[in-house]
Amino acid sequence: MTVKTLTVVHDLLATNKQAAAAIRGELRGRGILAVNLLSSPGSGKTTLLEALADRFRGRFRLAVIEGDIETERDAERIRAKGVPAWQITTGGACHLEARMIGKVLAGIPADIDFLFIENVGNLVCPASYDLGEQVRLVLLSSPEGDDKPAKYPQAFLSADALVLTKADLLPYLPFDPARASAEARAIKPALRVFTVSALRGEGLDELAAWLVDALERLRSGHA
Amino acid sequence: MHELSLVASMFAILEEQARAHGATRVTAVVLKVGVMSGAVPDLLESAFEAYRKGTLAEGARLEIVVVPVKLRCPDCGGSTVREDTDFSCSACGSRRVEIVEGRDLVVDKIELETDGA
Ligand SMILES: [Zn+2]
Repeated sequence: MTVKTLTVVHDLLATNKQAAAAIRGELRGRGILAVNLLSSPGSGKTTLLEALADRFRGRFRLAVIEGDIETERDAERIRAKGVPAWQITTGGACHLEARMIGKVLAGIPADIDFLFIENVGNLVCPASYDLGEQVRLVLLSSPEGDDKPAKYPQAFLSADALVLTKADLLPYLPFDPARASAEARAIKPALRVFTVSALRGEGLDELAAWLVDALERLRSGHA
Repeated sequence: MHELSLVASMFAILEEQARAHGATRVTAVVLKVGVMSGAVPDLLESAFEAYRKGTLAEGARLEIVVVPVKLRCPDCGGSTVREDTDFSCSACGSRRVEIVEGRDLVVDKIELETDGA
């Protein structure tokens, strides 16, 4: 009997990173901007997507992948807006992985502009998985409190933009958007911040314009 | 809690390495866990305990090495090691720092047992 010690240095997320790179390449080739949405449960991801579907109607074509632990409900809400939606039920898993996206990719229309991926509601695990997106948004709703960035730094560090949602509730809550964005920017200085009320529409134009800009940069080869 | 799926990836690596080296058992694994990797060492340990039964790493020892965050500063050239989430340069206070270590999650070493010489 022989005992051998091997130095292997094998990244545990390597398989996911490879799958994500393939997806990113394919979507770039099709000229589709993929946007991964991260947040806690109930922070308004689906409501934000519904509002963006209204805002983009007639100008851009969207598709949505919904990641959910169990139900098909969020996809139904998106379909009601006339947007094709695919539901990935993870059956208990706390995050989406690139392979799951890869499986539904072939069925997604080739002529869309934006592919939104609503990740499982959880600020911890989804942050570790690249889904092949070009843009990652992290949502933080006003009822959650403005101290979330320091508690979940990985999610904020990995995001391109922070969307402060449920701005319509700000008059009733101790949430300070300036403090939340300062805390997030202490973790990632380049983070863009949008304050949005999907219900009343404020801030949606700015967010939509920023997404369109990212789409144009992708298509002109500068993203 | 995504540690179970991380541990599943780890066992895929262990099995592949054992096969490549004609090993019958994995006796130890050294895992390097970055503070910013998104994985929790205690949860990795529990997931490892749960997963290893009936595998060729059933009796393996798991050693977790926690890797702190190391920042490099483009403004003054300094480097800073952080245990917390204050991502600023300790020398000049710059926030334009680059994270050079502490985000990875890697199997670093594996100890294998083979039959015969
Ligand atoms: Zn410095």
